[in-house]
Amino acid sequence: MNSPARQSQVSTETFFEAITGRYLHLTLRGRPHRVYVEEAGAGVPLLCLHTAGADTRQYRALMNDPEILARHRVVAFDLPWHGKSSPPAGWRDEAYALTTQDYAEAVLAVADALALDRPIVMGCSIGGRMVLHLALKHAERFGAAIGLQSGAHVEPYYDLEWLDRPDVHGGEVCAGIVSGLVGPGSPDEHRWETLWHYMQSGPGVFKGDLHFYTADGDIRQRVGDIDTTRCPLWLLTGEFDYSCTPQDTEYLAQRIPGAQWQIMQGMGHFPMSEDPERFLAYLRPVLASATKACNRSATGAVS
Amino acid sequence: MPYDDFLTEGLAAAVNRQDRLVWRGRHLHTRFLLENGPTAHLISIDAGQVRAVRRGPFVMPHWQFALRAGAEDWAQFWSPDPKPGYHDLMALIRYKRLRAEGDLHPFMSHLLYFKDVLACPRQTGSQP
Repeated sequence: MNSPARQSQVSTETFFEAITGRYLHLTLRGRPHRVYVEEAGAGVPLLCLHTAGADTRQYRALMNDPEILARHRVVAFDLPWHGKSSPPAGWRDEAYALTTQDYAEAVLAVADALALDRPIVMGCSIGGRMVLHLALKHAERFGAAIGLQSGAHVEPYYDLEWLDRPDVHGGEVCAGIVSGLVGPGSPDEHRWETLWHYMQSGPGVFKGDLHFYTADGDIRQRVGDIDTTRCPLWLLTGEFDYSCTPQDTEYLAQRIPGAQWQIMQGMGHFPMSEDPERFLAYLRPVLASATKACNRSATGAVS
Repeated sequence: MPYDDFLTEGLAAAVNRQDRLVWRGRHLHTRFLLENGPTAHLISIDAGQVRAVRRGPFVMPHWQFALRAGAEDWAQFWSPDPKPGYHDLMALIRYKRLRAEGDLHPFMSHLLYFKDVLACPRQTGSQP
């Protein structure tokens, strides 16, 4: 199961991917923002949320899978401060700290701007936590929800101050913190691309995301109120994740009636980017079920 | 070879023959304590090279930071195919199997480096 790191096949062809990227201007928390959005495919919309300190590139394999693109309009966006999205004007004089309200507003604003009609929302890590908040507070906006590495809460297990110090290289330490969260058997190519995303994050952004992850976004007391008849919920978690652990996901499954869950063998905290081939094998049946649930709820079969 | 013997006799060569690993530690000069259950080791690093490994017991040892875990936990970590929770230094810390103490700046600023250095006993296939 925990095999040595594999090498993936590298194409030598010259080609363009199906993904297109655009910059979306919108107002968040009363301030103008420039947000980078990618999409590919057509069909049932699938809105993807990246992990803390990373960006949409984590979904590159999903957004290049012909089978998924034939059935889904796959959309991902870089949260403000992340990837190719800018921080708001005046950022130099403020500390970045993601709140539940900030995050939910960004997801809903992008969904509105792109006219996504009750998309399936899928998020990983902080995105996996946000999926729970959205299913709880905005069930009517989403046809279904898929939480990757979802947990209701995590206590910090290291001093977060290390993530944002002038005397420590931010990219090095962020990648160092998360490197063990990649499954040991994941292909080297994908492991190091996943870590590269962390190495490129802006100073203090990963730490600011962890404000939501470790403090503001604690949803332990409310997860039992998630109504999966309104927003069906699937949870997929990697066996080697020690951040959102399999036990954290089991905790959710025991408290959310109707939630379906599975532990992904050999995988870690970044399933969609660390080992896309293995992840897609787990995701395909979930996506098929979520699409059926979307269709049923859209026609009123699920009230 | 028992892990304690590997640390004193094999770690320096295992690290120092990896040019890129040494390069990544080129700005690192430190001495740290590695506690493998009841056995302590002082490991001196100079510009990314392991210069010396001394095995205790020590009288009033001097070190910048310490990594302390039980022998069974290190054995799991150093096994060729570690189980979830034993497969990474931060995983050991997460589950309170490894304690990191002292001035942690060298450790945290070179975390990827130390993960590879301390994975060396795993790569040799050494057994306790």
